[in-house]
Amino acid sequence: MTDTPQMARTTARRFDPFDFLARYGTLIALLLLILFNLAFTRNFATIQTLNVNLTQVCTIVIVAVGMTLVIATGGIDLSVGSLMAISGALAPMIFLGKIMPIGNIYLAVAAAMLVSIAVAGLFGLFNGWLISAFRIQPIVATLVLFIAGRGIAQVMTNGNLQTFRVPQFQFIGLGRVLGIPVQVILMLLIVLAAAWMLKRTVFGRQIIAIGGNERAAELSGIAVARVKLLVYAISGLCAGLAGLVVIAINSSSDANLVGLGMELDAIAAVAVGGTLLSGGKATIIGTLIGAMTIQLVRYTLLANGVPDAAALVVKAGIIILAVWIQQQGRAHA
Amino acid sequence: MTRTRWISLLGRYGVVVALLLLVLFGWLRYDYFLGFFNISSVLRYNSMFALVALGMCFVIMTGGIDLSVGSTAALGSVVAALFSPQGVWIGLGAGVGAGLCVGLVNAALVTRLKIMPFIATLATMLAASGTALLLADNQSVSVSYDSGFTSIGQDNSFGFPIPAWIALAAYIAGWIILNFTSTGRGVLAVGGNEDATRMMGLPVGRIKFLVYFASGGLAGLAGVILASQFGAGQPIEGVGWELFAIAAVVVGGTLLTGGVGSVGATLAGVLLLGILFNVLNFENGKGWISLSAYWQSVIRGLFLLIVVVLQAKLAARGNAAVRDH
Repeated sequence: MTDTPQMARTTARRFDPFDFLARYGTLIALLLLILFNLAFTRNFATIQTLNVNLTQVCTIVIVAVGMTLVIATGGIDLSVGSLMAISGALAPMIFLGKIMPIGNIYLAVAAAMLVSIAVAGLFGLFNGWLISAFRIQPIVATLVLFIAGRGIAQVMTNGNLQTFRVPQFQFIGLGRVLGIPVQVILMLLIVLAAAWMLKRTVFGRQIIAIGGNERAAELSGIAVARVKLLVYAISGLCAGLAGLVVIAINSSSDANLVGLGMELDAIAAVAVGGTLLSGGKATIIGTLIGAMTIQLVRYTLLANGVPDAAALVVKAGIIILAVWIQQQGRAHA
Repeated sequence: MTRTRWISLLGRYGVVVALLLLVLFGWLRYDYFLGFFNISSVLRYNSMFALVALGMCFVIMTGGIDLSVGSTAALGSVVAALFSPQGVWIGLGAGVGAGLCVGLVNAALVTRLKIMPFIATLATMLAASGTALLLADNQSVSVSYDSGFTSIGQDNSFGFPIPAWIALAAYIAGWIILNFTSTGRGVLAVGGNEDATRMMGLPVGRIKFLVYFASGGLAGLAGVILASQFGAGQPIEGVGWELFAIAAVVVGGTLLTGGVGSVGATLAGVLLLGILFNVLNFENGKGWISLSAYWQSVIRGLFLLIVVVLQAKLAARGNAAVRDH
């Protein structure tokens, strides 16, 4: 994706199946899955099916966009699931008036959204601070909040389930604009904004440069520490928003469950989408396609009577296959 | 010179000092802290984590990571429970064998297909978990109480819990392998500089293969103890074990970049995190403060934070001191 046209011209003279698969394999797999379902899964071509799949994949994609940026710098963020739990626990406490009563419900909902997303962003900033100020490895630094973050959410709510019916808030999970679920619009906006930023802005190119060669990036005058801080903060913000969408869909917030295992789903989507896990090459659209492919595989298996446990095994196989094909593509290129 | 030495000693034995201080604190503050019952229950429970962390320690020393250990332990517990009516040894062998199978897949993915350890073991984590759920039909599998299988996890031998003896034996073997065999030295060499190690003619592929294989087997063994101790194979146990094990290894001072590590310090790291839990329970029992179970993960996270920040500062100081001389 980041190849310049000249390079593409010199390398792509002869058709190389591995290179082709590495570039378009995931997209082809997605299209094949759709064709398969159109042929064999009953009631597949309905708005209902589309909505079910899109709403399920939304939160993964939102988190995975932040994760893509983090991974592009050569890092990783294990704390996203726990940050979702924190924002998911905090928001209802605010709009239900448990912290302080707010008279106007619109004001309360706005405050809840802003504060809880901001708090998740601050925790992300904290991750970035550990990584850039102390040079702690990202996997260890974010492990701290992975362990502590869910505990913080549980302590805040005392482990209790918070249930609510607040349509003004749940608009982000249940509402529709022109028939399209609001969270799908949110997801698309975030994907487009991030893809544009990564390709077209200085900040985006700096992210890629740091992942490619951090020392070289630093020597060429990029403020590496600041870029890393921002990237982890963005990942926190994305996780915060995803937490809100999850609780809005569920009409309840359970600190023990919100975002559980999300870090792995997001990393899997990023890897299947073609972003290099060692950094330096990233594609946001790829991440979107990766997440949708994993989701559709699971849906296809479940819709055709395969148990969820077996779907896990298949998902594992797909992750390995996708990463392996991409590696072959690079080795041949 | 003395300052450099002091810093490196603190970095190396800090975890042991912290462990001793914590035990001293517990001994002075709580009546039954060093009582037989408490010691054996702490050892019995933490021996599972100790086994998983030992495998993780070796994998991390090569510069890799094994995210699959938790679900491998779950799979091991299910398989052991299914085979437990056949007898102790068959149950034990089946559980360990299941773990070795997962280890074999990890090893093949990492060394043959050259897939990054993080992604390879993430995938096998999902696959092992799915297989455990399929075999167990989505519920716990009760073990046989007639075959004596439960004695592995529940009985004592020479006054100490059998799981503690198993873990101790594994750590002694691990220590000998790391320090006195060419494979063990090779593990550290691979983690320090893989290309250089390959050029020196060491069998890099075989060394890496062995660590993932062993990590799987140890996780399977932890699963056998889990099933035996709690009387059931538990397909959804083991969630988050991998990260606990990584935390213990890191607390023990092993660098995640590989090349440096200590088996003994890893054991100290496991005990430190385990006893921290134990102390919190005692503190709750005293009634001065009342921390819900949820606080424990917050405190564990804080503790990990302090350790890694201190390590980072020590490493920076150590580098500066080395430069000064």
